Amino acid sequence: MVLAVAALAASSLLLAACSGSGTVTTNKPNSSKGPITVWYSNNQQEVEWGKQMVAAWNKDHPDEQVKGQEIPAGKTSEEVIGAAITAGNSPCLIYNTAPSAVGQFEKQVGLVDLSKIPGAANYIEARSGAVADQYKNTDGDYFQMPWKSNPVTIFYNKEMFAKAGLDPDHPKLATYAEFIAASKKLVASGVAPNAILPAPSSEFFQSQFDFYPLYAAETGGKQIVENNKATFDDQAGRDVANFWATLYKDKLAGKEKYQGDAFADGKAAMAIVGPWAVAVYKDKVKWGSVPVPTKDGLAADKTWTFSDAKNIGLYTACKNQGTAWDVLKFSTSKAQDAKLLELSGQMPLRKDLATTYAAYFDKNPSYKAFGDAASRTVEVPTGPNTVQMLQAFRDSWSRSVIFGNQDVKSALHDAAQKIDSIAKQP
Amino acid sequence: MTSTITSPRDSQSPAAQSTSEGRRRRRRPLGRNPLGLLFSAPYLVFVIAVFAYPLGYSVWISFHDFFFAAPGADVPRPFVGLQNFVTVLTDPAVIRSFGNVGVFLLINVPLTVVLSMLLATALNRVVHARTFLRVSYYIPYVTASVAVVAVWSFLFNDGGLVNSILGPLAPSPSWLINDHWAMPVIAFFVTWKQLGFYILLYLAALQGVPKELYESASTDGAGALRQFFSVTVPGVRPATVLVLLVSTVTGANLFTEPYLLTNGGGPDGASTSPVLIMYQRGIEQGQPDVAAAIGVILVILVLIIALLQNRFAGGRD
Repeated sequence: MVLAVAALAASSLLLAACSGSGTVTTNKPNSSKGPITVWYSNNQQEVEWGKQMVAAWNKDHPDEQVKGQEIPAGKTSEEVIGAAITAGNSPCLIYNTAPSAVGQFEKQVGLVDLSKIPGAANYIEARSGAVADQYKNTDGDYFQMPWKSNPVTIFYNKEMFAKAGLDPDHPKLATYAEFIAASKKLVASGVAPNAILPAPSSEFFQSQFDFYPLYAAETGGKQIVENNKATFDDQAGRDVANFWATLYKDKLAGKEKYQGDAFADGKAAMAIVGPWAVAVYKDKVKWGSVPVPTKDGLAADKTWTFSDAKNIGLYTACKNQGTAWDVLKFSTSKAQDAKLLELSGQMPLRKDLATTYAAYFDKNPSYKAFGDAASRTVEVPTGPNTVQMLQAFRDSWSRSVIFGNQDVKSALHDAAQKIDSIAKQP
Repeated sequence: MTSTITSPRDSQSPAAQSTSEGRRRRRRPLGRNPLGLLFSAPYLVFVIAVFAYPLGYSVWISFHDFFFAAPGADVPRPFVGLQNFVTVLTDPAVIRSFGNVGVFLLINVPLTVVLSMLLATALNRVVHARTFLRVSYYIPYVTASVAVVAVWSFLFNDGGLVNSILGPLAPSPSWLINDHWAMPVIAFFVTWKQLGFYILLYLAALQGVPKELYESASTDGAGALRQFFSVTVPGVRPATVLVLLVSTVTGANLFTEPYLLTNGGGPDGASTSPVLIMYQRGIEQGQPDVAAAIGVILVILVLIIALLQNRFAGGRD
């Protein structure tokens, strides 16, 4: 492993030397047409969507065939994509590009600047509306196509709630005080060892599933970094952090990561998840969902949350970028978005989602709340140092909120100062 | 009268011989056994491509503002001197990770040497079920870390088997989320997992210790313990040096166990290793230059430890 980083760097140099053509890779698009390769996520629902999308395109485009395949296995998709960029063998489109990694991929000259494709910015904004703004880089350019979101909410186990003497149909979970009271009742009654169990591990992205949704809700949609300055060292940030710290301190949330799905296995009575969970839990848990809590409680239609979006990137290694852009538009068309919704239950990042697909939401009422929440989602900060910032935040969070080795106020202050310094880096 | 017949070659003067050999050497630029070079070439290429070149390149990276980029991308990579090393050495998380791995090595290396030597000696004398016992010790070594880590996390988690047995004596917080116990648990885990390999090394070395030495020691009245310390331990000294070196090098590369067993070096960085930080900085956060600086420091420290081990454990050999 000591040599892994060096080996990757060395291989990039060798590959660059071997490419031989002497062509310079840039973020500027080309308009060539021809066959392309695309990668999509490896979960069952998205594989099904990807296969039908590729088949539908190939049927009408014999000269511009698309080869679809699941993203290769790795520790994370972002590592695989980063390695593919460095090696110069990334596919044309990847339907699993995490917004937190886009800044790095852009810096690596791995992504095509979509704004330079005639009409692309208009297409993105016409489809996604104002929410698209969050996916621009600091220069106002799009290096990612906003695709789908998974607005994070609270899932709860109705049977456990009933056993603990809580109302399973209208549980009181809107405020921090109500949430903690319900949690105490759940654990004290012995229905589950944990009221809720977000992963207490140190990965940079874990704060997107404990702190960030609640901070977005508490602040009415504020990002944790705005204008290169951390925002969370404020009363709202401290309230959210203290709420979670109480859950850990009172042993309502475990500090050890559960090896499996705690909600499905009955080890936690609640989970903090997105609409992807509907398909996963439908046969395992009798579940209900409510918006994430806030200090004073907010109506569902006023509650913001974290987007947990995955977007589409057009990669510079692609030879036929003209075809790639056409496929990208085809796969985000109204018809293909309907297929995505139908097959995966994930929300296309499309304005007026609830009205555009009203028939779907009428037929699937369990998804209605997610469709509504999709218009009030917050994204991670943009830029090449996003992961570094999120890791700095997570380290302070682990130290103070989870393990109680530092008080919450000073930990948030330290994290904010560190992030301000990281944000200034090129 | 006798006559001595000498061959023309023998009759040549030393000067003439030397000239002749020089000519032969010139005629064989690839040495006396050119085929040997051919046979060793694949491994030489492997070492250069997979170890030497990346190592040299990582040293170069550590002195530059470097990030991974697409082939053919025109990106600046200026020389920054010692800046990456300053960044690393002023980062409390990195310093702590070196301390953590130091604790790990202090537990893991001596424990590995002692246990593997004792068990190999015992296995060498076992008559019944010898193969079964040898395979039993070797199985953890060849089993995927991911699978074994899952078993250990079930054993050592809060409601796990170990805490159930210990009852009120179980530490609080539990082993894997305890600042003081997380790294020792990892060290015990790695010792147990790697033991089979080191036992094999010692078993091989024990076959080279002459039986006569034990017989002589026995004749001189040495008991089993005296024979172990006076015959076995010195007899397997080269293997001990090898075990010390290999366990130190693999221990310094600690990654999988803190990544999986303590959820990324937890609790709160108490089991973070330098290589885990290299992974975070180099792969996740796009700072391979900082990661390379950590790697260079780690290599230097491991070399120093290895030299000391060789000096003090290797003796004159």
